[in-house]
Order: sequence, then structure tokens, then C-alpha cells
Amino acid sequence: MTNMLEVADLGHTYGEHQAIAGLSFNVGAGELVCVVGPSGCGKSTLLRTISGLITPSHGSVDLNGDHLAVVFQDYSRSLFPWLSVQGNVEFPLRRTTKRAERRRRAAEALEWVGLTDAAKKNPWQLSGGMQQRVAIARALAYQPSLLLMDEPFASVDAQTRFELEDLLLKVRRELGATVLVVTHDIDEAVYLGDRILVLSGSPARLVADLKVDLPAVRDQVTTRTDEKFVTLRSRVARLLNVGKPTVDIAKWAAAERESLAEEALADR
Amino acid sequence: MNRFLQRWTVFGGIVACWQLFAWLGDNPFFPPPSQILTAAWEWWVLEPSNVTDHILPSVGRLLTGWLVAAGIGISLGLLLGRSDTAMQYAGPLLTFLRSIPPPALVPVFLLLFKTGTSMQLATIVFGVLWPILLNSVDGARSVDVTKLDTSLVFQIPRAQWVLGVVLPAASPKIFAGLRVSLSLSLVLMVISELVGTDSGIGSQLMVAQREFDYTRMWAGIVLLGAIGYGLNTALLAVERRALAWQPRSLDDQHA
Repeated sequence: MTNMLEVADLGHTYGEHQAIAGLSFNVGAGELVCVVGPSGCGKSTLLRTISGLITPSHGSVDLNGDHLAVVFQDYSRSLFPWLSVQGNVEFPLRRTTKRAERRRRAAEALEWVGLTDAAKKNPWQLSGGMQQRVAIARALAYQPSLLLMDEPFASVDAQTRFELEDLLLKVRRELGATVLVVTHDIDEAVYLGDRILVLSGSPARLVADLKVDLPAVRDQVTTRTDEKFVTLRSRVARLLNVGKPTVDIAKWAAAERESLAEEALADR
Repeated sequence: MNRFLQRWTVFGGIVACWQLFAWLGDNPFFPPPSQILTAAWEWWVLEPSNVTDHILPSVGRLLTGWLVAAGIGISLGLLLGRSDTAMQYAGPLLTFLRSIPPPALVPVFLLLFKTGTSMQLATIVFGVLWPILLNSVDGARSVDVTKLDTSLVFQIPRAQWVLGVVLPAASPKIFAGLRVSLSLSLVLMVISELVGTDSGIGSQLMVAQREFDYTRMWAGIVLLGAIGYGLNTALLAVERRALAWQPRSLDDQHA
């Protein structure tokens, strides 16, 4: 399997603060890899170095191909409100593609995400989940070597989130796209990924590189109750609690006190 | 019909009061609106030479000055707004320059350009540039980081970034500046015509006042009001079209 992305000994510091340290991993063609880590651990920094938005202070990022696409968490700011849905999808193609071909690719991408009927609308006329679908369509129409997603479903409600997760699994199966999803949600990482990269707290280091041994076709109900899913989820959860014991002990102690107090109340 | 009445009742009422008091008072400085309107009609509409010698040149200078200022203001504003360094250098200069009352520069422009069109244009351009420029700077700065990141990731070329992202994002602020500047253009057009020229609506105001023809003087003032009103209405129509993409209200956001 050829690698679409090779990250070697990647590190980045802002002034004194070291956000990520010594990260090395590869993403193979057609793979969907989830990066999961505690909030504020440097996941965003990792994503910004891979997408070229910041130059890392150490190490290297090699992309097999010359362009990648990003789906940001904040869809409402990432989309351009002055363009129609179709205009948004076509916008990144203007540089490279003729008008008729742009039209065709935009229509195709909107069909993949089920938004053919909304092509002429403005993004703000759509619900949050639909707006994020537009952002996904824009990224897919761009035909990137690597699709990066930064907490893509963190700003939508649970129901929509499940729909979008399944949508992502479907389109990437059909297109064979290479995807790297950054998330703080363990369940989501296990549900979506072929592989999970577990990061430690800041500075972010690679704690584990786990293979997800679940069938390619997944289902919100059966997959999430599958024994392998449950086992892997607990394993990732345990891994994430390593690395910042002080915080955990404080939290644990607080939770303990609370339950003791509740028991005392119940006893009376 | 109801809205129409609502909009014009106060206006009509004031004019009616003026009419009444002008009849009762019979003061030569304040002729009744009926006379002023008749004079305005006869002098400004039925007299082709006044249209070609005064109205058209005045409005032409106003629009030319405003458009030149818009061109300079918007392009320079977008440039400065996207560069913190440039703004740090230019900021104090801009604040100083826009604090100068434009009419104070009329004597300077008279020396530089002598009397005539270039001096009048210079006055208008210098005066109305600042609201457009500063609003464009503000608008260009308001482009959020996610849109910048999105454009960088998709390798949007520079021209497409400026014209396709920065300009539309800044356009609500730019239009606010353009509206202020349009009213200001009218003011400066009149001021620039008060001295050293016999062409233009402003110069005709002075002529009428010197000839003690107060009705004609008021007619000129009414004409200026009508021109200002017309231009503003036209600009609002353009603005509504250009900014039609803006979310109108929270209610139909999820329609």
C-alpha cells in the first residue's frame, strides 16, 4: 500500500509551549485514520502543520500529491455566505477547471452528499448538518490526495452526527478517498476509523497506533454494540487517561466525594 | 398605502405649516413652498440651458469625485486592511488627514488647480475618501480566520482571494462608507461651487442671493435636496441587490 501521508518526527513549539513532540506515522492510500486525544492536547496544531497552515518547528510532513482539502469544525464560517451552495463547491475549482467541468463536478459531489435540490440555495438557508455536507461536498469535488477533517461533527446534534458519520463512511467507500479525522470523541474514532492514533496530553505524543478490526460496512446500532467495538473503545479510553495523572486524581477524588455525599443522603 | 401615508405625513405636515406661516408672515426671506416649487419647476426644469450649464456639470462632478474616491478608497482600504504592518505605519497619517475639514483645503486646491473642475473634483475626492477608505479597512479586517484558512488550504490564487473573499466579506461595511460619502459629496460639490466659478448649482445659489431673488435661492436648495434624495435612493437599490446574499433575519435562517 502506498502512503499518501508520511509524518516524521514532527514537533512544534509556540514560544515556550510545546504543542506536539516527536510524532511519526503514515496514512496509506484509501485509509481512514482517526486521531484522538484529550482536549487541548495539540490536535489542532497537528492538523494545521499537516495542512500547511503553519510550518512545523521540527520534523517533516510529506504528502503524496499536491493538494489536500480540509473540512473545518466551524462550517458556518468556512462556507462563503455570498455564494450559493453550488458556488461554494465550485469555488476551489476555479483555478484549475473549466466552467462546464466545474459544474459537472459540483453537481456530482452534491449528489454524493444528497444535496442536489439545495444547489441554488444560500448556505445560511440550510441547517447545520446540511451546511457541513456542503463543506464535505466542496472537499470531495476538489479531489484531494488527502481529506483532513477537524472535529467535523462536533457542532451538530447527535442525530445529525450519526447521519454525517454514515455519510462519510459511504462516500469514502465509494470513492476510495484517503481521510484523516481529528476528533476528541472516542466512540466516533472507533466507529469511523480503519486505524486510530491515540495522542497523549500536551505536548501531544503518539501513545498507540491501533487497528480497528471491524467490517468496512458499519451500522450505528449493531456496530456500536459489537464486542470488538466495546473492547476497543475501553482500550482507547484507558489509554487517554494515561499521561495526565494529576488532573485525573483531582477529578477522581471530587467524584468520589460526590458519590460519598450522595450515599450519605440516601442512607438517611 | 398605509405605509406610504406613514412615511410622508410628517413631511407633508411641515410643508403645509410652512405654507401657512409664509402666507401669514409675508416675509420676503421666506417665500411659501408653492412659490418655491413653481420657481424650481420654471427655473430648473423648463430652462434647458440651466440643465446643461448647471445641473449636469454639478451632478457630473459629484459622481466623478465620488467614484474616483470609491476606487481609491476601496482598493487602498482592502490592501491596508489585510496588512497589519501597513496599517501600523499608515494609521496615524490616516487619522490626521481625515481630521482635516475638507472645506479648509479649498484655498489650497484653488492655489494648486486654479478655479474650475479639477479644483472642485480635488475637494470632493479628498473629502469623501475617508469614510470609504476607513470602512473598507474595517471590512477587510473582519474576514474571519476560518475563511482565510479555507482559502489557504484550497490554494486560492491571490486575485480570487481578494475579489472573491475579501471584497464580498467587506462589502456591507464598504456600502456603509459609500452611503456616508455620497451625502458628503453633495455638500462638498456645493461648497466647491461657491467660490470662483459661474457654473453649477452652488454658484447659482450665490447669484440668486446676490440678486435678492430669494425664491430662486430656495428653489436651488430644494433642487439639491431632491438630488440628494434621488442619489441615496438609487444607491440603496444597488446595495440591496449587491448584498442580497446576506441572511435577512433569524426567522428565515432555517426555512
